[in-house]
Amino acid sequence: MNKPIRRLAVFSLALFGVLLLNTTWIQAFQADWLREHEFNRRDVAERTSLPRGPIVVANEQIATSTFVEDGEYYQRDYPEGELYAHPVGVFNPMGNFGIEQTHNSYLDGSDESLMVRNFLDMLTGTDPQGASVVLTLNPAAQQAALDGLRANATNGRGAAVALDPKTGAILAAASIPTYDPNSVADLSDVNTSVENWNKLADDENQPLLNRAFNELYPPGSTFKIVTAATALENGHTIESTIDAPAAIPLGGSSLPNAFGGPCNGGAPDSIAHSIEISCNTSMANWAIELGAEALHEQASAFGFNSGPMNVPLPVTESSAPLEPDDNLRAQMGIGQGQLQATPLQMAMVAAAVANDGTIMQPYLVQEILGPDMSEIESTTPQVFSEAISADTAEQLTQAMILVTEGAEGSGKSGAIPGIQVAGKTGTAEVGDGDTHNWFISFAPADDPQVAVAVVIERGNASGGTLAAPVAKAIMEAVINSE
Amino acid sequence: MSEALSTALPPVKRRNAELVMLVFAIGITLFAMVEASLTRNGEMPPNLFLYGGLFGGLSLLAHVFIRFFAPYADPLLLPLATMLNGLGIAMLWRLFEATGDTSRGSAMDQLILTAGSLVVFAAIVFFLKEPRVLQRYPYITALSAVLLLLLPLIPGLGMTINGARQWINLGVTSLQPSEFAKIALVIFLSGYMVTKRDVLSLVSRPLKIGPIKVLELPRMRDTAPMAVMWGFCIIVLVILMNDLGTSLLLFGTFLAMIYVATQRSSWIILGLSAFFGACALLYPFVPHFRTRVITWLDAFNPEVYCTDEILNNSTDAFCVQAGQNSQQLVQGLFAMGEGGILGAGLGGGKPGNVPEVQNDFIFSAFGEELGLTGLMVMLFALALLAQRGMRIALASRELFVKMFASGISFLIAFQSFVVIGGVTRVIPMTGATIPFVAKGGSALLSSWIMLALLIRMSNNARKPAPVAIQDEGATQVISR
Repeated sequence: MNKPIRRLAVFSLALFGVLLLNTTWIQAFQADWLREHEFNRRDVAERTSLPRGPIVVANEQIATSTFVEDGEYYQRDYPEGELYAHPVGVFNPMGNFGIEQTHNSYLDGSDESLMVRNFLDMLTGTDPQGASVVLTLNPAAQQAALDGLRANATNGRGAAVALDPKTGAILAAASIPTYDPNSVADLSDVNTSVENWNKLADDENQPLLNRAFNELYPPGSTFKIVTAATALENGHTIESTIDAPAAIPLGGSSLPNAFGGPCNGGAPDSIAHSIEISCNTSMANWAIELGAEALHEQASAFGFNSGPMNVPLPVTESSAPLEPDDNLRAQMGIGQGQLQATPLQMAMVAAAVANDGTIMQPYLVQEILGPDMSEIESTTPQVFSEAISADTAEQLTQAMILVTEGAEGSGKSGAIPGIQVAGKTGTAEVGDGDTHNWFISFAPADDPQVAVAVVIERGNASGGTLAAPVAKAIMEAVINSE
Repeated sequence: MSEALSTALPPVKRRNAELVMLVFAIGITLFAMVEASLTRNGEMPPNLFLYGGLFGGLSLLAHVFIRFFAPYADPLLLPLATMLNGLGIAMLWRLFEATGDTSRGSAMDQLILTAGSLVVFAAIVFFLKEPRVLQRYPYITALSAVLLLLLPLIPGLGMTINGARQWINLGVTSLQPSEFAKIALVIFLSGYMVTKRDVLSLVSRPLKIGPIKVLELPRMRDTAPMAVMWGFCIIVLVILMNDLGTSLLLFGTFLAMIYVATQRSSWIILGLSAFFGACALLYPFVPHFRTRVITWLDAFNPEVYCTDEILNNSTDAFCVQAGQNSQQLVQGLFAMGEGGILGAGLGGGKPGNVPEVQNDFIFSAFGEELGLTGLMVMLFALALLAQRGMRIALASRELFVKMFASGISFLIAFQSFVVIGGVTRVIPMTGATIPFVAKGGSALLSSWIMLALLIRMSNNARKPAPVAIQDEGATQVISR
């Protein structure tokens, strides 16, 4: 009976072969899938077993780690609650978001630049610690942005961004509706945290969406700055005129001015005056006149069409496609049609005018400090693009001052007493009758410290009434805190 | 003839090789404990010398014992068993002693049980000089096997743990009689089939479809023992005791042995059809069985896994209705995934995340901390153990011993497959124990009994034929 015994031996070896293949499959090939499976809470335990470095705004820790004795884990707290929810993000059982995600390796101390330090810590027996991440945000401006949006966003949705035009530092980035990160980060009650998170994720108002960086809107009349810049860069001046009737025919339909009548009593209107009163017909004519290439190129120089950006939070690409059709390009000239822009993009347009035509690369992280407060990394301002010439910038500034100070200015509520504000309103049609209300601006006009973009989603009023007061509050907050 | 020549083992004692390997096995065990303790608690294990002395001393005693009483035994068997046993103790130490929580078990208990098992091991090696004596009482053996299996059904004596009624309560300790019944059944089957071998293998009725012979079917009256076995396994174990693991184990071993005895594949086809037929038939009526199949096939379904959301919001989800979920299985897989190729290192993982990890799922704890590398070592050790057993069966001369050795070896292999396959989702989870590794006295003791039998049989297979004192030509010398 040796033959069947041999066969049985081969069969039992085959059984082990199956087990070997299967364990190999699980541990070598399926391992990543298993580690990231949603039922797998192991990484949560792993992630919370170490202290995490703080996130700092203006010398204040806005994200902290506290050891919880009875659970043996580190709880992440956000003392300012909703204020910094979108830029800072959250560290919770569902994962890492915002700066908590982009700078995770610094915060949890696993980054290569911290390796030597961690190795020394291990030798000396002290617990390894994460690095601190210092943000560029200005607490007063951030607060003003959030408060202003809440007060003016009639249906609770909107966003605001403030930049330092000279460096690109992001001073404020607010988006509503927002949420309290503490409500989804409580590790003592993981189930409730997860439940709250799922509710936020399912909310149709998308409170988890950072509208300042990741929502695209038609920019409306704020884009007229780009159209005007195209004209100025192509041999025209701020006093150059073009036909500005009450309405211009576009294919089968017509494009009227928002206020009904012609812009300059029927006569051709100057660019300066067209910006002041936000004339549609003249700007549409400029877009037709200047041609598809020029408009597309100028928009790209301002940052449109240049791909997603990381500040280091991911920023969605704004787009201004090449528009050979005159009728459609006329729409684009006044900020409608195929145009899509993030609030950050429109803040960059304002910043370009503010900074003599140079756009600085926007950034949110000022520096990274080791546990001993020594500098590990620090951001040096970098040029993003030379969008327009200094001369063009100066002429546009003058026109934009008229928006807040001129007799017929469309954005007078953006003016700050005693300080010159350069601004531009925008009321973008969504297509279903609703409008988004915009204001972009910078101040002081002669020595700009802050450039702002504010959008009130479906505010259904004018940019001057809804968005300009928010921008004003943010600018004041920055200027007063200098 | 050539077969007989090629299967004989050289009559050499390899005791020194065994000793070297045994020292390695002991070393691995102690090193594992040290690693776990240093990683987890940053200090040497406080009782290292106690464990080292006891475990090492006992293993070396077993070696010395073999040196005297079974000098020709296969040198791989004891070191392999020692390593598996030792790794089990080290892992239990890491799970319980190292974490300071010994409420669900302890390595010291396991060590004491190992000591007890080694005493029984020595007794068997010493007293059972000729395993063929076991052939003499097949029916008594069968009866005692049946009685052992039925013990847990006695009210007051039987205990239900984790849904399966397979334990008996002896006051001081609990016992899982099926662990011993399976050995008794292998003894019975070996004896029975050796006597009935010719009938079973030769007499048959062809099953014809038209003129074509499809299958050679055994006669009804010859299939009786099989039918009894089959009915017993399915009905008693599955329905009354919820013990799927043991029934699968017994039935698989039965098929393997009848194949070895008869060399006829029709027995296997018949047996497997009956088995799967019965499975399909019982599926709607045995909820325990159904639950195991669903948690196996659909383990990652939220309704089977029982996420908090399902638990709070749904009353008709599977896991709420059945009161069972796939969390243990899925968490075991997560543990293995976490371990990856090289593992987290002993003491570096979180095997406590897997519920009841000290039993069947100790395999996933090894997977997490020793990685694929460690699991391969374990699987190779178990496979090697079974293969050495098969080699003994080949080398043995007596039919009963051939049957017995191959039966025991297959039992070790198949038992490993049933439990590890269950944990790694190859087959449904049935509940069995990895030989030598898993926590529990009954499992450990039965493993060492099987090892003692293999050692005794390998010694007898290798032992040189007795040499006549005087050369008397054709006179045959018989050893008794």
